[in-house]
Amino acid sequence: MRNIDSYTHVRGESVYLDDIPLQAGTLFAAVFDSPIAHGKLISVDKKAAEQMEGVVQIFLAKDIPGINQIGGIVPDEPLLAETHVHFCGMPIAIVVAISEEIARAAVKKMKANIEPLPIITNPREAKEKGELIIPPRTFQLGDVSEAWKDCEFVFEGRADTNGQEHLYIETQGAYAIPLENGSIKIYSSTQGPTAVQRTTARVLGISMNKIEVDTTRLGGGFGGKEDQATTWGVICALASFHLKKPVKYSLHRMEDMRMTGKRHPYSSDFRIGLSKDLKILAYDVTFYQNAGATADLSPAVMERTLFHCTNSYFVPHVKATAYSCRTNLPSNTAFRGFGGPQGMFVIEAAIAEAAGKLGIPSTEIQSRNLIRSGEEFPYGQKADSEANECWITCENQFDLRKTQEEADRFNSTNKLKKKGVAMMPVCFGISFTKTLMNQARSLVHVYTDGTVGISTGAVEMGQGVNTKILQVASRIFSIAPEKIRVHSTNTWRIANTSPTAASAAADLNGKATEMACKEILRRLQAVASQECVATADIGNTEIPPFEIKEEWVYLNGKKTEWSWDKLVMAAYIRRVSLSELAHYTPEVIHFDPSKEKGHPFTYHVYGAALITVTVDCLRGTYEIDSVKAIHDFGSSMNNMVDLGQCEGGIVQGIGWMTSEELLYDKDGKLKSNALSTYKVPDLYAVPREITVVALETKKDNLALFRSKAVGEPPLMYGIGAYFALRNAVKAFNPQIILPYDAPMTPEKLLMALYGKSS
Amino acid sequence: MDYTLTLKVNHFALIRFILNDKEISTDLPPGMVMLDLIRYQQHLPGTKIGCREGDCGACTILVGQLINGELNYLSMTSCLMPLANANGKHIVTIEGINFPSSLNPVQEAMAAAGATQCGFCTPGFVMSLAGYCLQKEKSEVLASIDGNICRCTGYKSIERAARKVEELFADAGDEEPAVFAARKKILPEYFSGIRERLAKLEPVAPANNNGKKTIIAGGTDLYVQRPEDLVHESGNKYVFGQQNGSEIKKEGGRCIIWGGATVTDLRNSPLFNSIFPGFLRYSRLISSTAIRNMATLAGNFVNASPIGDMTVYFLALETSITLTDGKSSRELYLKDFYKGYKQLEKREEEWIDHLSFEIPGKDSYFNFEKVSKRTNLDIASVNSAMLLRMEKGSIIKASLSAGGVGPIPTHLGKTSAFLEGKPVNDATIEGAIRIMKTEISPISDTRGSKEYKSLLLQQLIKAHFVEHFPSMVSEDFISTVVA
Repeated sequence: MRNIDSYTHVRGESVYLDDIPLQAGTLFAAVFDSPIAHGKLISVDKKAAEQMEGVVQIFLAKDIPGINQIGGIVPDEPLLAETHVHFCGMPIAIVVAISEEIARAAVKKMKANIEPLPIITNPREAKEKGELIIPPRTFQLGDVSEAWKDCEFVFEGRADTNGQEHLYIETQGAYAIPLENGSIKIYSSTQGPTAVQRTTARVLGISMNKIEVDTTRLGGGFGGKEDQATTWGVICALASFHLKKPVKYSLHRMEDMRMTGKRHPYSSDFRIGLSKDLKILAYDVTFYQNAGATADLSPAVMERTLFHCTNSYFVPHVKATAYSCRTNLPSNTAFRGFGGPQGMFVIEAAIAEAAGKLGIPSTEIQSRNLIRSGEEFPYGQKADSEANECWITCENQFDLRKTQEEADRFNSTNKLKKKGVAMMPVCFGISFTKTLMNQARSLVHVYTDGTVGISTGAVEMGQGVNTKILQVASRIFSIAPEKIRVHSTNTWRIANTSPTAASAAADLNGKATEMACKEILRRLQAVASQECVATADIGNTEIPPFEIKEEWVYLNGKKTEWSWDKLVMAAYIRRVSLSELAHYTPEVIHFDPSKEKGHPFTYHVYGAALITVTVDCLRGTYEIDSVKAIHDFGSSMNNMVDLGQCEGGIVQGIGWMTSEELLYDKDGKLKSNALSTYKVPDLYAVPREITVVALETKKDNLALFRSKAVGEPPLMYGIGAYFALRNAVKAFNPQIILPYDAPMTPEKLLMALYGKSS
Repeated sequence: MDYTLTLKVNHFALIRFILNDKEISTDLPPGMVMLDLIRYQQHLPGTKIGCREGDCGACTILVGQLINGELNYLSMTSCLMPLANANGKHIVTIEGINFPSSLNPVQEAMAAAGATQCGFCTPGFVMSLAGYCLQKEKSEVLASIDGNICRCTGYKSIERAARKVEELFADAGDEEPAVFAARKKILPEYFSGIRERLAKLEPVAPANNNGKKTIIAGGTDLYVQRPEDLVHESGNKYVFGQQNGSEIKKEGGRCIIWGGATVTDLRNSPLFNSIFPGFLRYSRLISSTAIRNMATLAGNFVNASPIGDMTVYFLALETSITLTDGKSSRELYLKDFYKGYKQLEKREEEWIDHLSFEIPGKDSYFNFEKVSKRTNLDIASVNSAMLLRMEKGSIIKASLSAGGVGPIPTHLGKTSAFLEGKPVNDATIEGAIRIMKTEISPISDTRGSKEYKSLLLQQLIKAHFVEHFPSMVSEDFISTVVA
């Protein structure tokens, strides 16, 4: 089934934040943000800006009626700077004017007197100086310190991954409209409407039930609008609250890139020990997460790095420690994979280091250590594994050996072009690792004309969650998709929602929808039974097995006179509720942070990909030839949507590993601050071939209709592109000392090709 | 942005054009960009804002123009297009290609292929593909969407959709594309009448083109640098499309090109492509289809970016430019046009009327190289062009240029001189590279460190020779750094 939004999408008729028709009198906000990465805020001079014609009012921290605090996990993030600024781009003032243009022009006239303080941009330096967001955490399995002596080989090294700009094509934004009795409606391009509602209530000092947040869809989110959409919603609400006027702020791309956080850069140290037969016996890793200026979601991201520090492998002795390091960069935040990719990169680097030193391909180590069902992850959960199945299928179906031999042959006959091959297994846990967030509600209405309206807490951002939710209702009720609408996500219809994140929105909200539909169906079946009894269609009073198939009521497999529409009307006449609010939470999950053990994931998604690249060793440029993956979909409920998630995730992962390079200068200023300097993959940069084949399995799982979550896991196949490029470089320059430092930009690649050898 | 609230002056000359199916007459400022008119004056929100610098394609529109009686459509990014450039043309937004209650075949192909996820970039892709449908000489279908960025799909589904669109034209003959598309119900019926309506569109004087303060052609750089100023400035001169690509001609042994020629004009010129058989390949590395449709040679030269692709290309050809103030004109070498970073040998009132270069003979070899962080749709880290004339195995004339290695687009005079009289071999190239290093002064920036740029230019010089003389340079030499 197609994405249900595709019709309006291709016609340009889908409504995004900036497309909402404006109410008369709407004013426009723009933020004056700190030009300095760290300093004491002495004073703000707003005179010149205030005097501009068309400027309505300028708000500072002192104008906040409630609490100047938007931190979600840790209360360490003021909405507007009060005494200090902590990063370039930190909001200081809100300028409100009668037009967008005037608001932006006025921002340019704002001045802040800031006494500079030392700037930290490097997480290791922050750690040395004790600048930690939360105390470090350590996951342990077995006893690493004892294990080294049993290892035949021990290798150590360092690995770095840079951040990643989300680059949702729709920038952040919000539009707040005052309602009667001091209530406010906020249209917000957010993955977390409840976060916007809760935070606005806190900042304005008003109750949550006065704030309606409504989100129809996002023009891309990728995690960037999970926590960091909140700022803009609150800003518009604050101005609207004071001025009693609608206030809108749709960010300019450069404002967005400058003021919002990205994927966390990590710097890590690893030590890996192997037995003679290449079993990984011990793995010791320390992660330095560059959290940016405030906590935001960094503690949770850091936690997932720990969860995924061994990727798809079973390692009996593990010690993984992570530091969330406070630096003077915009606060880094959720991004597809949520710390998992950063953790996986390091163990892949450790394996590559070991393989390199041992003179064998990484695949020799990777394939021998894949986790099996019943083996334990470092956090205590036992695997229900498809890792070996995915790997073996990938190896056979895409012929790893032949691919490698062909690459070797190519490399031995070509001097100026080299091919590189790598395998990338992926194992990704599904659920919010914060157990309480694993809950969702769905409100299903059946109207008297037989049509259905659904509201859930899930936010549609292209991932097809609304399509899947609609499929649930269509399947349970057995009615045509055209009869069903999935409505906007709205905090007055569905309360206390978890953000749409962690790949879990379809599972949580879909299962709640399934429950709601089943309850209404149960009532309808009862009505059918009563009606049939009343009309003497049947002779006994037991409820017979009524079914609804393709909008008709069937009794004992026989079509009756009763259509879906007629049955619905009959239920209404009998005063039977045609609405249901269902609440879903998965039962199996738990986690004890005091022990760092538990069963945090409802299930894992597995996969393995074979990646081939070609490097032009003359120019230092490269092409990704192919990515061929065997992916564990469970049993996909929407092949088109799920394939789209895979292809998109793979390319986004490759972007992170290749051309997407975040550059901050030593003063903490973002240099790659526009699409002209920050390069996401374009049409020609993507692999020539992407093949994604489903792992055939009949196993049961806890996903919605056994269709496993698919949003995040495929991104991590992209990590394989880095290692394939590395292998190509080593084919050209076998003696090269090449740090594990992603992304592999053409610059790094050329410098490596002709760089210093050991 | 809605500028109407802030406009101090509201008596600009009328600009007339057809927007979708409707004639528009507006006295809005000629320097306002089309995107803002479409979204905030005409309230057509299907055209999206992604970056406002021509780098994402979400705001792609089509611009139809009568050229010698023929209707010709080009895709353009509306964020960089001043209203003045719409005068007398047909502007098509996504709303203008919708059927009332069904999808057109382009849209159907996108929807059926799952080529739309969040949907925000989608109207831009659909418009670019519609641009393909309206092309007289069809390029490769993927080229039409080379300026559209999608962050969701990974492009594969869009590629599949594009292939379906390509199939629609398997049986297209010589019929005018707009008429064919309307007849085949690819685009709405009104397209078949546009040619006549444009011809009848009351001719209007080129809007406000008597000024001289800033001369605006395609706008692809000016509207990235200072979009707000340009809306309010009066007295600017708009020159885009006032002549056309047929102004690429041969006179004697020289090729003469009007300064307003776009990169697309060059791509479409049989003459230019016969001189440079590799031009389609080279120019694929230069921005995107939509930007190539707008960006002019003179704009690229005057912009004086140290890394301007076309500037570097034409520097190696020892191009002359002719500057004029409308009364008198003068000619100088392009390489003498640059005095320092963004410093030009040009008076304020002068503009580049045309350029010319000697057409390389059969004994000549030309090559253009560019490496950027992303191969396509990116600004170069380093670019370089080389022209050699050979006689009896020796280089008798050499001209090398490079961008990204100094404050100005650089003509490598000493390196070129060194090459002359030498055979093509490892030693010659090595010597040239050594001299090249004395002629450059790269700086470290977002496009790369100075060490990288220096090494990269060395590699690109080797690449020039590898491209034309693969058997005369050894792979061992090529794969060794000249220290």
